[in-house]
Amino acid sequence: MDLLRFSTAGSVDDGKSTLIGRLLYDTKSIFEDQLEAVESASKQRGEGYVNLALLTDGLRAEREQNITIDVAYRYFATPRRKFIIADTPGHVQYTRNMVTGASTAQLAIILVDARKGVLTQSKRHAFISSLLGIPHVVVAVNKMDLVDWSEDRFFEIESDFADFARKLGIEDLTFIPMSALLGDNVVDPSDNMPWYRGTTLLHHLEHVHLGGYRNAVDFRFPVQYVIRPDQDYRAYAGRVASGSIRPGEDILVLPSRQRTTVASIESYGGALERASAGESVSITTTEELDISRGDMIVRPMNLPTADAELDATICWTSEEPMRPGVQYWMRHTTRETKAFISRIVYRIDVDTLHRTDIEQFELNDIGRVQLTAAAPIFFDRYERNRETGAFILVDPHTNATVAAGMIRGAVQSVEDLPGAAIEERPTSPDVVWESWNVELPEREARNAHRASIIWFTGLSGSGKSSIARELERRLFDKGRQTMLLDGDQVRHGLNGDLGFSAEDRTENIRRVGELASLFFRQGSIVLCTFVSPFRADRARARSLVPDGRFVEVFVDTPLEECEKRDVKGLYARARRGEIANMTGITSPYEAPEEPEVRLDTVGRPVDEVVSELMVRLRDLGLDL
Amino acid sequence: MRVVSTRDDAGIKELESESIFVMREVAAQFERPVLLFSGGKDSILMVHLARKAFHPAPVPFTLVHVDTGHNFPETIEFRDRLVAEVGATLHVGSVQASIDAGRVKEEDGPNPSRNGLQTVTLLDTLVELKADVALGGGRRDEEKARAKERFFSHRDRFGQWDPKNQRPEIWNLFNGRRAPGEHFRAFPLSNWTEMDVWRYIADEGIAMPSLYFSHRRKVVERDGVLLAESEFNQLLDDEAWEERTVRFRTIGDATCTGAVESTASSLEEIIAEVAAARETERGGRSDDKRSEAAMEDRKRQGYF
Ligand SMILES: Nc1nc2c(ncn2[C@@H]2O[C@H](COP(=O)(O)OP(=O)(O)O)[C@@H](O)[C@H]2O)c(=O)[nH]1
Repeated sequence: MDLLRFSTAGSVDDGKSTLIGRLLYDTKSIFEDQLEAVESASKQRGEGYVNLALLTDGLRAEREQNITIDVAYRYFATPRRKFIIADTPGHVQYTRNMVTGASTAQLAIILVDARKGVLTQSKRHAFISSLLGIPHVVVAVNKMDLVDWSEDRFFEIESDFADFARKLGIEDLTFIPMSALLGDNVVDPSDNMPWYRGTTLLHHLEHVHLGGYRNAVDFRFPVQYVIRPDQDYRAYAGRVASGSIRPGEDILVLPSRQRTTVASIESYGGALERASAGESVSITTTEELDISRGDMIVRPMNLPTADAELDATICWTSEEPMRPGVQYWMRHTTRETKAFISRIVYRIDVDTLHRTDIEQFELNDIGRVQLTAAAPIFFDRYERNRETGAFILVDPHTNATVAAGMIRGAVQSVEDLPGAAIEERPTSPDVVWESWNVELPEREARNAHRASIIWFTGLSGSGKSSIARELERRLFDKGRQTMLLDGDQVRHGLNGDLGFSAEDRTENIRRVGELASLFFRQGSIVLCTFVSPFRADRARARSLVPDGRFVEVFVDTPLEECEKRDVKGLYARARRGEIANMTGITSPYEAPEEPEVRLDTVGRPVDEVVSELMVRLRDLGLDL
Repeated sequence: MRVVSTRDDAGIKELESESIFVMREVAAQFERPVLLFSGGKDSILMVHLARKAFHPAPVPFTLVHVDTGHNFPETIEFRDRLVAEVGATLHVGSVQASIDAGRVKEEDGPNPSRNGLQTVTLLDTLVELKADVALGGGRRDEEKARAKERFFSHRDRFGQWDPKNQRPEIWNLFNGRRAPGEHFRAFPLSNWTEMDVWRYIADEGIAMPSLYFSHRRKVVERDGVLLAESEFNQLLDDEAWEERTVRFRTIGDATCTGAVESTASSLEEIIAEVAAARETERGGRSDDKRSEAAMEDRKRQGYF
């Protein structure tokens, strides 16, 4: 028997409480003493019928004012499923409570009064459901008894609502006509609407497919607590956020990037063969590493994005407005770090979905912001992974939870290619620049790392290729998407028509620069090993990608050393006059004046040089 | 009724994982956590889950029993045995001591209930232990006001709950930040129902006090509640003890916890009975019958 968590939202008097009361009553989930209490309360209030709504409004203020203020949770079970209802208020001033209820729901029921049709509020409820990533939405068209069980009216509402919902990208949308008061189509099928072919609400709740709610692909294990009964035993406790893992599998720990292997998956009842999304377990590792709360254990080949600059949608949940520049506590998985809102991009009017410019967020505002965290956090886009894409902000003074956030991705440090660079490039006649279909940030989000170009320049035989090959191997093994473009390779095929004159060398580098930028656009870490003797040519290649994404590595091996190595015998041939235009001998090499990295290779093993290079590339901000 | 094993029950496994997650979060976010232990099935389940959560390390919570002095002897015996088995530290906060110290005043009348008095003793005990969080076995399905509880429920410096101004609890990102003097109540069993609890107890083979199983006992029926014979319950004028076959659905203060007539003498029979029950488990508690908002009012003051 599995568990379905669903939320309900409706405007005042749409009949939400009655509907929940009906569900509980008809599934025999209400006890006699509860019913008696409600009967006597109804009588006291002078109501002529048993007000099922009184079953659900738990707080005194709610009963007095006849409204739902806070989220209330209700429980019932049928032989097929257990259900947890998060009953949320519908007023705009309780949007944050709706967000709260929706945050853990797998299905949302949105109530619509058949007489009133699709109101602004119904749209808001649909918007919030889609924003929080609830996969299934049911529109309960209630009070059908008051519109003569009209088929036309139902389909009118259905088409109104569907028009709007299409814009939101709700995956699964179901419409059910009903009367909560009389019970039609709630638990029992209605005799009054023979034209309706669908199922009852309960039947739908019992049968809706629950797979896909949790991300089963990307293994993410935020370490929650370290269990350490004595010096010899250490286990990392937590709930698997997504994916699954088995003993013996390789894992990588963030942020240290240390690698090890799962030794065992522990539980009170004995070792487990596997831990899957949603399960609370503890993991032991083969090596003793320094792992603590807030770290995240993942697979080396499938990493989340690590970034401190975030692009997110937030809902402001505090009476106190957002204060720019305040350093809030950001709680994300089991990690806590300081963060501030660096930019407000826009606010979304939850009723019209229009974007507006604002200075600050107030209670219940929803919109898009950029945040800067004190340390990189490890995330997936909320859309892909609710567990690792969600965060809250906590006010450091009042300790109130002031915002709920859903990560859209890392902030792109440089927007897009500067227009000038595009215009300077040779262009065929009569073509217009088209933007990329799938933009780089999306590709990077999927790859879980940022793209870059690492450009190795230096004399023939300086060691560019050996270093780049070893570097690529290391990056690739870590799960990075990489591509190595090598001089000798591109001169087969793509640049096979070019020789070694100055013009041809320039054209050679122009083409590989463009090629590298295409691989870059495709999300790769592109390693280019070209002698590329001319400064201007290298500068052109650099201009094709955003600042900070192109790193020039000068493999600074002196000519004598290269000539001594002479792996391909080119220097000897050049000296004998067999090769014209040999760089360093008969053709100039313009050494970079300010390369990002300059490497010494003389007398050093490749391994050592590559290790040094990786440290320096990381210092430069490359996401390796 | 056929008793379905919970072993392949995804729903109950999910609840178990959720509770363990909450307990570990408590251990990680707080410095001096205590676990409120009443001796009832929910607190026994809490101890069981806490052992699972931190296995093979010991449970990192001090157990706190707020003792009204009106106990069934079986409860205390069971409590002491469990504490010894788990190897936990037990701290008893005594309502009698609070009365003797003049912190609270015993109710007037023939059958004073000490239920309401527990709040003061509880808050005093938390202060004494410098506890910054108290784990409770409360479940949202028990009662209307409890249905509004958070997993992490904030209490101000006076131990009070402000139900209209709770921190939103979004996803499972629990905010346990607090100012000095404030504390939290944490409710790992929030999403369990009475049925879930019993089925899980049966499946895990968790030992339960004998009071939960059917036995012969002298009781008196008062206001629809069967009160057990004990030194704390005095008969009113026209009442008399009569022996009946009963069991308890909740275990609390002997003066207000009512028995129900039942022949259920095994967990399986209890589960069948719960499934067929037409009354909530708290229906047998006279303290909840006092007003429509009795529980909410007590909880606001700092009650469990
Ligand atoms: N005729 C009719 N009245 C309904 C129906 N559902 C609810 N009501 C009535 O609408 C009013 C508001 O219902 P309630 O459940 O309190 O609405 P809530 O504010 O959404 O919780 C009450 O008077 C209900 O009896 C229905 O299906 N048909």
